[in-house]
Order: sequence, then C-alpha cells, then structure tokens
Amino acid sequence: MLPAGVPIQISGVAKRYVTARGGEVQALSEIELAIAAGEFVSIVGPSGCGKSTLLMLISGLIPATSGTIAVGGVPVKGAVGNIAIVFQRDVLLDWRTVLGNVLLPVEIKKLDPVTHRQKARDLLRSVGLEEFEEKYPGELSGGMRQRVAICRALVQNPGLLLMDEPFGALDALTREQMNLDLQRMWLRDRNTVLFITHSIEEAVLLSDRVVVMSSRPGRIADIVVNDLPRPRGAHTRSEARFVEHVESIRRHFLALGVLSET
Amino acid sequence: MTTITAAPPAASSKLADWITRNGPVLAIFAVIFALWEIAVRALNIPDYILPSPSVILTKIWVSWQLLLVNAFVTFQEILFGFGLSVLIAIPLAVAVVYSRIFERVAFPFMVSLQTIPKVALAPILVMWLGYGILPKVMVAFLISFFPIVINSVIGMRSAEKEMIYLVQSMGASELTTFLKIRLPKALPSIFGGLKVGMGQAVVGATVGEFIAAEQGLGYLQLISQVRLDTPLLFAAVVVLSLLGVLLFNVVAWIERIALPWNRIATGVAE
Repeated sequence: MLPAGVPIQISGVAKRYVTARGGEVQALSEIELAIAAGEFVSIVGPSGCGKSTLLMLISGLIPATSGTIAVGGVPVKGAVGNIAIVFQRDVLLDWRTVLGNVLLPVEIKKLDPVTHRQKARDLLRSVGLEEFEEKYPGELSGGMRQRVAICRALVQNPGLLLMDEPFGALDALTREQMNLDLQRMWLRDRNTVLFITHSIEEAVLLSDRVVVMSSRPGRIADIVVNDLPRPRGAHTRSEARFVEHVESIRRHFLALGVLSET
Repeated sequence: MTTITAAPPAASSKLADWITRNGPVLAIFAVIFALWEIAVRALNIPDYILPSPSVILTKIWVSWQLLLVNAFVTFQEILFGFGLSVLIAIPLAVAVVYSRIFERVAFPFMVSLQTIPKVALAPILVMWLGYGILPKVMVAFLISFFPIVINSVIGMRSAEKEMIYLVQSMGASELTTFLKIRLPKALPSIFGGLKVGMGQAVVGATVGEFIAAEQGLGYLQLISQVRLDTPLLFAAVVVLSLLGVLLFNVVAWIERIALPWNRIATGVAE
C-alpha cells in the first residue's frame, strides 16, 4: 500500500553558523553519506556534534552552507513534502484531540480526509491508543504523547522519517517498548529512517547502520554496519555481536575523548 | 423533614461540589458583613460615616431604578471601550509579531505610552471630547488596551520552534502556520489579557465619569458624596463591583467554552 522509503545522498555538506557576536561556528564539515531506500540509519555522537543540524539540513528547513543533499533523487531546496519529523519534544497541539493531532499533516497537505482518517485510526490502534482518539494531549502520559507524535509523522506515508532523539525524554521501560513499537512499524512500512540518539544500545538495536560522529567540527568518524537478524528484541541485547557493536562504538568515543575511563 | 424525597444524586452532588468550592468564600463574606453590621449598631456609627450592610441593601432596594439607569450608562462605556481595545489590540499584536518595523518602532512606543498614567489623560480627553460617553469610552480603551496587546504578543510568540518547524516541514504557508499554530497557541494568553483588560476598562470608565459626567455610576458617586448620601455612595460601589465581577466572568465563561482543552493542558481542576 505504500511507496517504499526514498534514498538519501549527502555529498560534501558543510554548515557554518554566524553567532550573535559575529563569530563563526563550523557545525558540520565534509559530510558524505548515502542512505539506501528503506534503510534504518542511526546517528550517535556527543552533544554539539551537529547531528541535529544534519537532520535539519536534510529536512530542508535550514540551508546547507555548501555541498548537496538529495532526497529521493531530488536536491533539497526548502521544506520537502515527502519528509516527516519527530522531535524529542512531542510538540502535540494541546488544543486538538489525539485524532486531530494525527490528522494535522493531512489537513495541511490537503490529503484525502476520508482514507487518512481511517489510516490515523489504524495507526493509533497499532500503538494501543484507540481508546484515546477523542482525548486531549494533556490527558496522556509522556510515552503515549510520543506515540501520537509518531502516528502523526507516519499518517502522511513519508518516504523519509527523521527522528531527533524521539525517546530521549522517556523513562527507560517506556523507551524499550517504544523501540520495539518503532521497529515493528518500520518493518511494516519500510520508510527510510534517520534516527538520532544519545544511546548507543538503542542505535545498535534499531539500525542497519550506525553513523558515529565526532564534534567540532561535526564529522563522520565511522559507520558501523549491523546485520543482526530482525525482528530484534530484548534477546538481541545479550547476543555477542550486539555487545561487540556497542563496544566498538563505545571505543570510538573513548578514542575521541568524549568518554573517559579515568 | 424526613419525608422529603431525595434529590437526584447528580444534582445533590453538584450542590455539594458547589458548596465545597464556594462555601469558604461565602462564609468569610458572611462573617465580615455580620461583624460590620454589629459594629455599626453597637458603636452607633451614623449612616453618613459608615452605613451598615442592611442600610446599604435597603438603599439598593429603594433606589434600584436610579442605580440601574446609571449602571447601564457605565456598562455601555465599559463595553465600547473594551470592544475598541480588542478590535485594535489583537490586529496590532499580529503586526508586532510579523513585522520588524512594528516590533522595533511601534512596540517600544506603546510601552513608553504605557508609563503615562492614563487617568491623568482623562481631563484632556474631556476637554477634547466633551461631557458625553466618548471621553469615558476613550479612557476605558486606553487603560484596557495595553494588557491585551502585550498578552497577545507574548502568546503569539509562545509557539515552540519545533512546532513551527513541524508544520513548515508539512509545507504550511505563513497564514496556515498562524491559523493552525500561533493563534490557537496564543489563545490562553490572549484571554488572560482580556480578563485583565476587562477589569481595567471598568476602572477607566468610572474614572472618566469622576472627571466630568452627567450620568453613570461614577457620576452617581460624586453626587452622593456632595449630598453626604453615604448609603447611596456605597450602593453605587456595590453595583459597580457586581458589574465588574459579571463582566469578568463573562470573559472567563467564553474562555471556558472556547478552550475546553486549556484546563486539561494546564492541570487546573474543574
């Protein structure tokens, strides 16, 4: 039923900011990354390594200083219609019901209301929120709110789903459940997903590839390929190769001086 | 007594709720008025110094027509002044939020105007606009205008960056962003400004009447003062307070109807 995910091609991308005092900050430098259609890629890196900036550049919401980004073969210039974003803050609209929030992109993009209403309902049911359609966000827990935000992103059938630390504000248990929910939805829809996280374990659990970034200026330090079988779950975490991947990424951060054992 | 049929449970629990909520306040008022009444009688205070609550109530009862006619005049002044404020303040707030020039020039200008005591402008307005309803409307407008503008501006700027990014990523135009995000997000704050502004408009209209008027509750107070008719003076204060409370609650009521989600979002219990 879906158009599969779209590929992303990032070549020679750099981003410089001019600070309020007139200084320059090199946020990203020489980013080269190709993501296949339907691939799940995570980016891990220390705070300030420019991973969120990279995500904003791909979304087209802010322009790159140099280099090119193509989503689905089309160079990014301004906001692209085929992309959905999930932020760490759920940014649900307090004045809309749960269903109304999920249908926001349908209204703005003027998609067919009838079929998408059904799709929104199906999505909410798939994350156990069918009873909450007519509730306001103020009545939901943090995990439920973020589920609604994910449904809102998926209702528009995005070729690319950009997620900026979407589970960073949730408690550990809810976070694990959300990881499994996300994996299930991705296995079903096969959107391309670019997932930013601080958690190495989360990145390894979810991704086909993990991009490790270093900071100042932000650049790609390594890309870890992870072909552990899917669906992955709690059992995956105890597998030798899972631990191996996590360790190899952690060693990168030790080498980069982001982590220190002394 | 025991044979009285029980009220429907919903109604009786509603009544119980109402009493739990408003009981303490009512009790405090009752105690204050009782003490007042007793003190005035016990100390033999003459009516022209401090009339007792019962005397004031009697006065309201006897002079209700006079009070009503004048209250209606003040009510009109408040309503026109407040309405003018809303009509000008909210579009102006939109202009401040969307236009650099308005933000840099008009907004500081308004803030500096705000430091002028509006009450001090009342005599000038009377000189220019005469003794009719217009100068009172203008004072009510000037005094209620600012809280509405400032709250609207704050509200329209309160949308998180991510919220704006979110709808932009969906391809929303600036108008759509305003209608779907900035405006609804601003509504609680705008209503906060409206509630403050409504209270201020009552003050403005009354002060306007103090300066020069031929009718209105403020005018009635002046006349009563000159005649040493203290009970009527108090009666006017009571009616003016009731009018203020009524108007404030009308705004609060509209807010509750228009923003049912707000009490949930802010965690304020019913």
